[in-house]
Amino acid sequence: MKTFTANITVTLRRAILDVQGKAVEHALHSLHMPALGNVRIGKHIELTVTAIDEAAAAASVNEACEKLLTNPVMEDFQFTLQEQATAEAA
Amino acid sequence: MNVGVVTFPGSNCDADARYGASLVGATVHALWHKDTALPTGLDVIILPGGFSYGDYLRTGAIARFSPIMNEVIRFANAGGLVFGICNGFQILCESGLLPGALIRNRDLSFVCKDVHLRVENVDTPFSNACSPGQVLRIPVAHGEGRYTASSEVLAGLEENGQVLFRYVTAEGQPTEAANPNGSLNNIAGVTNAKRNVMGLMPHPERACEPILGSADGMMVFESLLRHSKATVA
Repeated sequence: MKTFTANITVTLRRAILDVQGKAVEHALHSLHMPALGNVRIGKHIELTVTAIDEAAAAASVNEACEKLLTNPVMEDFQFTLQEQATAEAA
Repeated sequence: MNVGVVTFPGSNCDADARYGASLVGATVHALWHKDTALPTGLDVIILPGGFSYGDYLRTGAIARFSPIMNEVIRFANAGGLVFGICNGFQILCESGLLPGALIRNRDLSFVCKDVHLRVENVDTPFSNACSPGQVLRIPVAHGEGRYTASSEVLAGLEENGQVLFRYVTAEGQPTEAANPNGSLNNIAGVTNAKRNVMGLMPHPERACEPILGSADGMMVFESLLRHSKATVA
């Protein structure tokens, strides 16, 4: 079995007005950073997952996101997986 | 009428909801989030307001997986009446018993004040004691009350008369200024398609006696009573 670290990013769906993002964007512009835009505020979830391989780990994380970690009515998610170094390798 | 009120860790309007139901003469049952069975003969289950599980992850997201929610979902699917107030509404959306979701208020702040609600449909167990277009004054107290749904879902809700209560001015106009949280179409309360599950962001149990500033919230409890009598008769 392998252990992976999953880094999950959750953001509001594009169709939903992200009021926090808008407020931060206004603040950036008032700080004279007009080149910055389209601010989206989301949340970051980090967890470990033990699985036979990366595909199985991805399936587990996907299921967790769909069932609990996000609400598909209002949120989108994406994640990356990083395999942890084994004890032997370390 | 037998009314069960669920207490989750972090519920804080459960006692008020029990009190509101008792004012119309209901037999009230206190239910616990770990319960795996419901008392027999329940007519209504209320999911009360509060901050279940500290609102961790998302409002209602963790309460939705409480043991009692399996029973609540079964009860609703069998046609039982389920009424979610504030955090209870959020839990019902998370559980899929109601369409849509409740997200952070438009102005990013917690709103706690009286609002005016227009009754949009009196042909439901939750509103049959009201007159069409009646305006009620009931308080809101929430940080995540902005109702959102896809445009298709929203159109369906409007078409089927599932929008029960809308934020309006004292004169009954659904203006932007009368909308405390930025909810789509000024929606304050919706039902499912079968009209046996209702979610409402404002707190009728906090407006159940004149000494509280308004007794308009009693209209909801009286509607439930009227429905239960009609069902028995």
